[in-house]
Amino acid sequence: MSGFLESLVGFAFWVQVLRISVPYVLAALGGATSERSGVIDLALEGKLLVGAFATAWVADLSQSPWLGALAGAAAGALVALLYGLLVLRWRANQIVVGVAINLLAFGLTRYLLKLAYGSTSSSPPTPGFEGGLAGNPLFWACAALVVVWQPLFSRTRFGLRLRAAGEHPQAAASVGVVVGRVRWAAVTLSGVLAGLGGAWLALDNHGFTAEMSGGRGYIALAAVIMGKWRPAAAALACLLFGFAETCQLHLQAADLGLPTEVIRSLPYLLTMVALAGFIGRSRAPAALGVPEDV
Amino acid sequence: MSTTDDAVLALSGVSRAFGAVLANDRVDLRVTRGHVHALVGENGAGKSTLMRVAYGELRADGGEIRLKGELIPRERHSPREAIRRGVGMVHQHFMLVPTLSVVENVVLGREPLRRGLLDLAGPAGALRELSRRFGLEVEPRARVEELSVGERQRVEILRVLWQGCDVLILDEPTAVLAPAEVRRLFGVLADMAASGLAVVLITHKLDEVCALAERVTVMRQGRVVDELDGRVVSAATIARAMVGREVLLRVERGPRGAPPGAATLLRVDGLRVTRGEGTDAVSDLSLVVKAGEIVGLAGVEGNGQRELVEALVGLRPQAAGSISLAGRELSRLGVGERLAAGLGHVPEDRLARGLVLDFSLEENLALGRQGEFCGWFGLDRRRLRVEAIRLLAEGDVRPAEPLACARALSGGNQQKVVMARELSRPAARVLLCAQPTRGVDIGAIEHIHRGILAARGRGVGVLLASADLPELLALSDRVLVMFKGRVAGQLAGAELDAPGAAERLGELMTGAGGAT
Repeated sequence: MSGFLESLVGFAFWVQVLRISVPYVLAALGGATSERSGVIDLALEGKLLVGAFATAWVADLSQSPWLGALAGAAAGALVALLYGLLVLRWRANQIVVGVAINLLAFGLTRYLLKLAYGSTSSSPPTPGFEGGLAGNPLFWACAALVVVWQPLFSRTRFGLRLRAAGEHPQAAASVGVVVGRVRWAAVTLSGVLAGLGGAWLALDNHGFTAEMSGGRGYIALAAVIMGKWRPAAAALACLLFGFAETCQLHLQAADLGLPTEVIRSLPYLLTMVALAGFIGRSRAPAALGVPEDV
Repeated sequence: MSTTDDAVLALSGVSRAFGAVLANDRVDLRVTRGHVHALVGENGAGKSTLMRVAYGELRADGGEIRLKGELIPRERHSPREAIRRGVGMVHQHFMLVPTLSVVENVVLGREPLRRGLLDLAGPAGALRELSRRFGLEVEPRARVEELSVGERQRVEILRVLWQGCDVLILDEPTAVLAPAEVRRLFGVLADMAASGLAVVLITHKLDEVCALAERVTVMRQGRVVDELDGRVVSAATIARAMVGREVLLRVERGPRGAPPGAATLLRVDGLRVTRGEGTDAVSDLSLVVKAGEIVGLAGVEGNGQRELVEALVGLRPQAAGSISLAGRELSRLGVGERLAAGLGHVPEDRLARGLVLDFSLEENLALGRQGEFCGWFGLDRRRLRVEAIRLLAEGDVRPAEPLACARALSGGNQQKVVMARELSRPAARVLLCAQPTRGVDIGAIEHIHRGILAARGRGVGVLLASADLPELLALSDRVLVMFKGRVAGQLAGAELDAPGAAERLGELMTGAGGAT
């Protein structure tokens, strides 16, 4: 136990918290964007996973982490496109489609893994960004996005229309805002961001592992709710989850005699407790999950 | 661009269908500058549809739309196009985003930018200037959800003014306002017309038309049936044109006041009802309804009338106080038990609470009375059918078809079904009636009013909550005014017939009455 407490005050511990938080933060920024426009973003999980696979695959082929990250973002956007077609164009139920896309992503990435590498569990090692956290361009991109995203919502034309579309789409439409277009933009942005989150997972791990998203998409969505759909607050909630996950890793290493299953469920328990405490008090965008009627 | 035509908004032969229903059938309309133009008709006559077509919100199936003489291609028309060409619309259901500030709502859709970012300071200044000029006070930085209904309407009008308009369309703008606010709004609209704007007022309240409009276009069943001069025409003439037959605008009634020696039926003592967050919706309220008495309940929406009625029926828990019916305490009973004990309830929202829209009329008529039609196996359909046919005939419901789906009926006929059911409970002694004629056409209003008066004649006590002051004045023996969850005052008997009764009620409704 004392070993764990010592690690808490170490610099390396907090670097690890940041590193672990990055994919949460990227996904949560995407989730906040989609949800503020009125579109439920359960598919975050699938976008992370597909983004991670595409990144590993392209990074392996090209031996470039840059191209890998780009491919991750593009793959996230592609999944978002599918999601958008189903829920925006054809107005399918957003929760059902979100879950379906996540299941599809699990199956699809396993299948592609088999096709590309003949493995059921993981890809061969792939390149990542070298030079630690401070030298990782994706980390700095993520930090910059956290700073920029709040004013994007509050101070730009797109942000105003985004908020209006999620709160009262009829009102927005009545003054000439094309709600469908705003929502398409938000859903696509979420795809790009979650895809980048997946890219981080693959590059940080130097490879793709089946189901490596491990529920991070759902936890990111919980962070969005905890942050009351505000990007900066959601990012803060992500840091909390990153902290919990880092603790979990260190506690396992500390060997407290607790079953590892219990320790590993710590971040998920924290999610439930946090949501139980927050969900009643935070108010979702009024039109969240309601398809636009024309 | 030919401007030989002086109409700023001209529609010719405009048609629009919803499914099989023709909401607008080759309608012609010309609106000119400097006038208030009223568009009247019953619910479902096609007024709102017509104006939403003009505003580009709905696409016309046929016909021509001209703005300032210029033909707008049907498929290219949109709200954005309408706004660009100087047409603004204030909807019946406000089109404001509650979580945004006033100025954000105003600029939404035409946001001015400064260095790529939203410029809200400029528009906020412009709004303050417009507020001053037209007497439409509202704080640009306030969040819309914190504003009163009257203030929200001002925001809507300010938005249209800020966008710069030649034609201002208002859809039922007074439905939610207290009398003093209505007068104020009319003053503003008259000023706007005088300053050269064209104002189109959609309404079904005839006194408003007569007070304000110079031109009156009457619509019925999707067509324009009459064009009248608002300065000389009488309310009765307009009503006849709207309905297509003679209508009694005010039903006949006996002298006001409960019959002498009438027993007290409903007694409420010290009732307190809380809202979700713990604030009081109704506080320490007491009232009495006697047999054969209609007690009106006036008040601006949101002052506890809805919560009071819901608490009386048992739909909302009470925090303190007692409710008794003919001496029997109801507080601890559930809704079903209260109805069985002799309450009837005509709910404010008939679509959500009054009817099951996908049930047939006979099934709707049996709701809450299903026990009476219990057969050997399920409902005794034959007995139910007989009762339904009787009630539908008595209630003047059209179509009087027991198997028709409730959804297919007009608002007025749906309400007649609810009334018929609530008055048919064998034990009904007190009727709680909330907004019985809201969104109901004139013809049906007359019938519903007759029904309420007939119940009174049979010795039923009625508590009538209504936002329609003329309705309260016409029917009530006494009117209680609610303000901030309390009874702010009451008018009874001859006071209700005295001139200025409506003004007096209006003062009490806005808390300016000074009575305690």
